[in-house]
Parts: sequence; C-alpha cells; structure tokens
Amino acid sequence: MVHITSPAFKANAARALADTGLQKALDRSKGTSHAKRAAAVAALPEFERLRDIGRDIKNHTLAHLDFYLEAYAAQVERAGGTVHWCSTADDARATVLKICREKGARTVTKGKSMISEELGINEHLEAHGIEPVETDLGEYILQIRKEPPSHIIGPAFHLNREDWESTFREMHTELPRDRVFHERSDIMAEARTKLRSRFLAADVGITGANFLIAETGSSVIVTNEGNGDLTQTLPKTHIVLASIEKVVPTLEDATSLLRLLARSATGQDFSVYTTFSTGIRRDGDLDGPEDYHVVLIDNGRSNMIGTDFQEMLRCIRCAACMNHCPVYGVTGGHAYGWVYPGPMGSVLTPTLIGVEKAGHLPNASTFCGKCESVCPVKIPLPKLMRHWREREFERHLTPATMRSGLGFWAWFARRPGAYRLATRLGMGALARLGARRGAFAWLPFAGGWTAGRNLPAPEPGGTFMDRYRARQRQQQRAGR
Amino acid sequence: MSRDAILGAIRRGLKRGPLPADQQAMLAGRIATHPRHLIPARSRLPRPAQIALFIRNAEKEFATVERVPDLAAIPAAVADYLAAQNLPSRLVMAPHPELQGIDWASRPMLETVARRAEDGDAVSLQHAWAGIAETGTLMLPSDAVRPTTLNLLPDTEIAVLRASAIVGAYEEAWDRLRAERQDGLTGGFMPRNIMLVTGPSRSADIEQTLELGAHGPRRLHILLVEDEPAPRAESPGEARADAAAQPGSPAAPGD
Repeated sequence: MVHITSPAFKANAARALADTGLQKALDRSKGTSHAKRAAAVAALPEFERLRDIGRDIKNHTLAHLDFYLEAYAAQVERAGGTVHWCSTADDARATVLKICREKGARTVTKGKSMISEELGINEHLEAHGIEPVETDLGEYILQIRKEPPSHIIGPAFHLNREDWESTFREMHTELPRDRVFHERSDIMAEARTKLRSRFLAADVGITGANFLIAETGSSVIVTNEGNGDLTQTLPKTHIVLASIEKVVPTLEDATSLLRLLARSATGQDFSVYTTFSTGIRRDGDLDGPEDYHVVLIDNGRSNMIGTDFQEMLRCIRCAACMNHCPVYGVTGGHAYGWVYPGPMGSVLTPTLIGVEKAGHLPNASTFCGKCESVCPVKIPLPKLMRHWREREFERHLTPATMRSGLGFWAWFARRPGAYRLATRLGMGALARLGARRGAFAWLPFAGGWTAGRNLPAPEPGGTFMDRYRARQRQQQRAGR
Repeated sequence: MSRDAILGAIRRGLKRGPLPADQQAMLAGRIATHPRHLIPARSRLPRPAQIALFIRNAEKEFATVERVPDLAAIPAAVADYLAAQNLPSRLVMAPHPELQGIDWASRPMLETVARRAEDGDAVSLQHAWAGIAETGTLMLPSDAVRPTTLNLLPDTEIAVLRASAIVGAYEEAWDRLRAERQDGLTGGFMPRNIMLVTGPSRSADIEQTLELGAHGPRRLHILLVEDEPAPRAESPGEARADAAAQPGSPAAPGD
C-alpha cells in the first residue's frame, strides 16, 4: 500500500508551498482546466439536467447494489469470465498474485487505475518476483521515479518538462546521453518506443474500470492514450480491478454517465478510447485475451452504505473537484498524503484509512463550494467534509487549543446579546486601530492566520447587525 | 465466502435482507427494457446535417475525413492518402468481406494483407460498424472480421465507414447492436470488445499539453462511403429526421 503521510498534512502543505518546481507546475494549469470544462459544458445545453440524471442513476444503483452486483457477475460468467469477490485489500492482492502465478507471469502491463494504487498491487507483485509495468505515460515516469500520482487523472501533474527529460536520460541508458528533446512529442515518442516492447511481451494485463455494466457483464475503460486498450488486448490474460460501486444497470445508464465524465474531467466531449470488454476471446476472433478475470473489491465501500457518506459512492473519479479546488491548487496532490487528493480525497480518505489518520484533510477546505458546483453527480462534498469535522470533534481528535477556542466561541454564539456586544466592541477597536493602514499584518492569537495574509481593517459604520437594523428602520420610515 | 460477506454488508447498510421477488423482477425488467435517459438534442438533425455533424466532430478531435462515392473508390483514396502523408503503401486490412471484395488490383502499387495487426505494421484498414454523430465517434466491435489490434498497433489507422451507418446518438448505436448482432458465446449481442474511438491517440501527461500519438495511432483517417439514397425531393431529409429520433428504427446495413 502507498505510504500514508496524511497525518502530516500541515507539514506537507508547507513544504509544497515552498517547492518552486511544484508551484511552477501548478501555476501552469491554473485556469486552463476550468476553461476547458466550462467550454465543454457551455456547448451542451442539457448538461445541468444530465447531472441530475447521473446522480439519480448512481442513487438507484446504490439502493439496489446487491442485486446489480449479482446480475453483473452472472453476465461476466456467461461470457467466459471469472469474478473474484474480495472484501479487503489483502484478499484482492492475494487474488491478483494467484492469477498471475497460475499464468506463470513474469511481466504484467498495467493501465492507470486508482484502485490499484489503493491496493498497492505493484509493490505486492514486485515482492513476489513479478514485474509490473505502468503504461500510462504519467504513471510510467512515476514508476521510474518511485513517486505516487498527484492527481487522479493526470498522475504526473506535478512534473515539469525538465523532470521528464532528466528522468528519461537517467533511465533509458541505452540511448545516447546527449540526445536532444526538441519537443514534448520527442519525450512521448521515446516512451512509446520503450513501452511497445513491454506491451508485446507481457503475460498479463491489468486495468481498472470506469464502469461495470450489469446488463452485459462488460467492464468499461476510458483513456486517451490507448495504453489501457493495448494492456487488455495483447496479453493472454486480462485482469480487471474494480470496486463494487462501479456497477451500473445498463448501457444507457453508462452512456449518460459517460456524457458527464470526459466533459468534467478534461473538457473533451468524449475521450479518445471508450472501450467495453465482455469476457474472453470468441471463436474466430483473431486477437483478445483468452482469460478474463474481474477482481471485485469492497475494501471499505460497503461500510459507507446507509451512512452520511453513501453519497460519496456516486463518485466517477473525474477530478473536476480537485481541478477547481483553491487548496489543491496551491498544495498539489502529494500533500494529501494518500491515493485520493482534493475534495473527493478529503471525504473518501478518512472513510478508507480512518479519521484519526486523515482528520486534517476535511479541514483543508475553504468551503467555497466550488467542488460541489462542478461535481457531475452532485456529491455535496462540503457537507460531507463538515460531517468529518463533527466526528473528529466528537472523538476528541482536534487539538486542545482549537477545542477551547471553539468552546469560547460557542459560549458567545449561544448568547446573541453577548455575541453582538463582543463583536461591536471588537470591531470598533479594530476599526480604530487599523484606520490608518487599512489592514493588519499581525494580530495577537491569530499569528497563524496573519502569517499568510493580511486582515483588512473593518470599515467604520458598525457591525453587520447594526447596519442591518439601521437600514430596516430607514426603509420602514421611507415606506410610511 | 467473500461474496456473501460483501452482499451481507451491503444489505446491512441498506437495512434490509435480499430483495423480495417482485422487486427483483422489477429491476430485471429495468435491465431488459434499458430505458433511455435524456439524449442531447444536438444530434437530432435532418439526415445530411447529421452526417455533416459527424464529420465536424471527428475533425474537431483531429481525425481526417474524406468522402468517397463507393467502395470501388477506396484503393485510389487509400493510395493518395498514403502518398500525401509520405507513408509506405503497405497495409494490413480487416478480413471483412466488403474490404476483401474490393478490386485492389486497380492500384497495383498497394500491398494489402488481411489479418490482425502485428508490431511493425505501419498502416491498418479497418471496417467501422457505425459512426456516432453526437461526438464524431467510430464504433468498432471486435469479431472475426474486425480484429481489435488494427485499432491499436499501427501508427496510422484508416477506417471505412458507410454514411448509412452513421447514427445520431450512442443510444441508437446500442439499439442497432441489440437488433442486429448475436454473440455465439453468450447468446447476447455484445462481442468480446467494443471500442468507441474519437480521433487519434493522445496524451496531455507532459505539462498538461496535448500531443498526438501516445500509444495508439497518431493518425485516424475516415473514408466515408456515400451509400445513402438521396433524400426524396418532396420532403428533403424530413423522413430521416423523424427516423433518427426514433430508437433503433433505421437499421442501416453496416454488415
């Protein structure tokens, strides 16, 4: 499993802010992913209604998940495939290893899969003498650099061109060291050549799944590179890794969700390759795998059903929430410390690894609400992060200073008269003190807050409540 | 057993046991009737405009499209395309009767071989089963006459698509598939593999900048065969526009 650094989120974030290479990478994409999504959405007038439909399809499926999983498994078996039900990450790792060993596999090619990262499939295979080869361009370089992905659809989001060039020079030692990469396409062409032989030699191909379809027993992958398709077409054995919430009833349901997925993810109307795999090679087929296995993984999902967090199981992993998140935008994905970054990670990670380890993540939010507003299946991410904050507080996991501060605030909040008096006095004092400079660079008890920004001094004229009342009185007089 | 453990945990979460028979029958009915959801209006167009939309969308995603009058025109179109791209005049071709029935001898410089693709094949010629106007997407099911590797290994893929096989929305293609295909293994309609292909392979993994030709073909060239009967003079395009809005009705001869 990926090493968890979520408990150190604050230190991770501070390091990320000081990392000039990372900041350069983050700055480069600022705004562009927003603009691409916005353009794709604007070109489809039905998009908002499709979001409601996407939410409803997922809700319907989750409410009958036991039925649809059994229906799906029956269809996979009809098509000559095998379904392996795995409750835990351990079960899933052992199952993948067992299949690979039965096939006498030496190398395994892999399409990009977040569930594979969650399970730590690569480490497990390596430890048992089987070489996994990541074939998504971004995952390929990260495997060489031994880094985890920093984004769920653009895993090498945090790297700059210099990083690609130096890594390739170090790794591809059989090529002339002084070769020149004129264009980005030269870097890509080198990876293409290197990986082509790996695709052809692999004994097993492992992919994830964006959807599983109960109607047909199909697994669906969505890619732009074509690496996932080479992975599932060339080797004799194809293993699909999928968590239980990926199932949808019919092709029509999958189609409606696909209309949302690429637009939300990359701003494309449709990804280049959307591929439906259904079982084993048929009589007469000239290519395709002879063995088809689906490793169906729970690993904590079923515990979310019937709780506040069931809504998170609608997630289709498009990454729109992180692309639009002001916190992700400055810290990048690694600071979140586990597989899933950004707002969806802040909700999902505590459910999967525990709130005691990941409690910082739901706090890493400005609660601006942008994530919810772009979510293609309308997951109320800020509400779910608030649920985690409440649980963290209830379980006394928050620090003592924060708890006493909140207690202090709560005393006033429950006594409106005292609250108004205190704010009026406080604001008046701040307005007088800050009248000249207009802002405070430092305040007692708020050093942590003012270290990163200035607090604008309140304008004279009283608190919000004072002004509101004055305005109401004025309107009443005018109305008379 | 894990299966029972997972299903049991789901049911505990849902606060119920296995679904009663009548509810199971209802859900099985939903699968069997596979109701459509909202279909975007963009592809609901009179016939010639629907084909134009397919072309526009395919080109937007960096595919190239060339209209040819009939299958007999394909060897010349292929030869000219390969010459213009400075590509070798050797191609690996889908063993589809329609492609094999073409008089390739009319272009003796073209070398064709009908089989799956292997490493080193530079150009493939595939037979597309349908085109989807909504996003300019090709539907390429796998079968004995349409190997999947043709869509993946060569640097250049040329796909032959009959104009009559273009539908508006994905749902129309699914219904055509349900109506026209039978899978020998499952008795259902799904082949082992269906690729929906929209333009050539690409990646934006290096600095979020789009580059074409990641692992699959760098070029996707579509030869659109104009086999569509001309619209009747009295109501140009009207009949087809209605038909296109109707699920699955205008089953075009794609095979």
